[in-house]
Amino acid sequence: MITLEHIYWLSGLMFAGVAIVNWRDRSNPRRLNNTAFWGIYAITFLAGSRLQDLANGFLVIAMVVVASIRGLGQGKRESATREEREASARRWGNKLFIPALAIPLITVLGTVLFKRIAINGMPVVDLKQVTVISLAIATVVALVTGMIMLRPPLLAPIREARRLLDAVGWAAVLPQMLAALGALFAIAGVGNVVSGLAQRWIPLDNPFVVVATYAVGMAVFTMIMGNAFAAFPVMTAGIGLPLIVQKFGGDPAIMAAIGMLSGFCGTLMTPMAANFNIVPTALLELPDENAVIKVQIPTALMLLGANILLMNFLVFR
Amino acid sequence: MLSLIGIVIVIVGFVLRMNPLLVVTVAGLATGMASGLGPLEVVAAFGKAFITSRYVAIVWLVLPVIGLLEHAGLKERARAVVAGLRAATASRVLLAYFAIRQITAALGLTSLGGHPQMVRPLIAPMAEGAAENQYGELPQSVRYKIRANAAAVDNIALFFGEDIFIAIGSILLIKGFLDQNGIHVEPTQLAIWAIPTAICAFVIHCARLLLLDRQIRAELARGPRKA
Repeated sequence: MITLEHIYWLSGLMFAGVAIVNWRDRSNPRRLNNTAFWGIYAITFLAGSRLQDLANGFLVIAMVVVASIRGLGQGKRESATREEREASARRWGNKLFIPALAIPLITVLGTVLFKRIAINGMPVVDLKQVTVISLAIATVVALVTGMIMLRPPLLAPIREARRLLDAVGWAAVLPQMLAALGALFAIAGVGNVVSGLAQRWIPLDNPFVVVATYAVGMAVFTMIMGNAFAAFPVMTAGIGLPLIVQKFGGDPAIMAAIGMLSGFCGTLMTPMAANFNIVPTALLELPDENAVIKVQIPTALMLLGANILLMNFLVFR
Repeated sequence: MLSLIGIVIVIVGFVLRMNPLLVVTVAGLATGMASGLGPLEVVAAFGKAFITSRYVAIVWLVLPVIGLLEHAGLKERARAVVAGLRAATASRVLLAYFAIRQITAALGLTSLGGHPQMVRPLIAPMAEGAAENQYGELPQSVRYKIRANAAAVDNIALFFGEDIFIAIGSILLIKGFLDQNGIHVEPTQLAIWAIPTAICAFVIHCARLLLLDRQIRAELARGPRKA
């Protein structure tokens, strides 16, 4: 059975390859920093499941030290020139889309099929993680297809991965770091303190004010935590259930559905949701790391207003 | 109250534009200490949380093949395809992607998209190509604007589409939480009540996308005078 651990090994090998390519690249003045950063990251994938928690903690701190003292650098761009790429695009035509579109299609196919296939009564992949594993398998299939089609040098994929990963830089690790921060917030009970503050300071004897507080609270707390899933239990236990449902007789299903979507409005406005908002600015090579958030804020605010009105009209029917 | 120190550190750190990895790590360690853990216990807790969150990074496995295809001219081809469509504009390309992304997410197909797999290699170049087709060579500022909009479309369409599908994580989380509190709801009820917001999201963001072409024109008209 293929489990998440196997996918971690594959990822670890890729990051190790990126570290080695960086180490051999003398055009990057900070090549040793890059080598250390991606090398340690590779270790957390290859050996992280077997190391002690404390050892893993020190590995993470070492990565952070490497990334924040003098920082990471980029080698000279070694990809083809624009003219070469345009010539290649003309040569291959729409065939170039085949491996690219194979990734989402095989991922979706995998999530559907793996649930139905079993060998000797055992599922082929760990069904709890079927989407992530399907994505990994899809990338491998796409890569093999691309290699057969284009016949590049054997090491080209890892050199290209290095080019893209160095363009993204430390932002590639930020989403994972924020997920870890969320776990520590949960241990420390940060959520209960916040909802306690909201209950103490906001006048909550008018149904509309309660609905607005709940929806805005979901958005703001999601902005702080970077994740609506972390905000939902806190705000719903603190404000939603006791006030909207019990005191004013609101419908819990409507409250919860629109409450979660109010949290998503917060996700659109926060750098803490790094994988949605910060990583794409690095991937798209935008100089302003808040560029995506700035585009999203007007939609998020209008939609939050719409959510408050919708909940107010629907929840007390 | 002391446990809120992590939030303060994060806000101050982001405002002062310090390295976010450093800010988040310091915030995590401080939060752990404030809740009464010893220094080594905090480092261990942080390490454990980091290791259990590794699944977040699986998406980077797409980089070797995307890089390979980019080297072979994938972005240029995406631009050329759009250049063949007379009616294509940046707004229309992004509108079409928004509709496809939201509908497929509502059917549970949330992995038919994403920034590394779709937006960087395909959608952003197509939207840029459409604008180039109309106006010729674009200044960098306009390219950046189109790319940021392409990334935002992927996010908004995903967030406000996926909750219509009954087996998505957020619906299951809501159901689990309400069950724990003695309230039993069907996932279908939750999914149905996600539809009004989904429609609002579509109307609001598509209206804004329609204005994008106009903004691009205005910015191009302003451009020469500034230079």
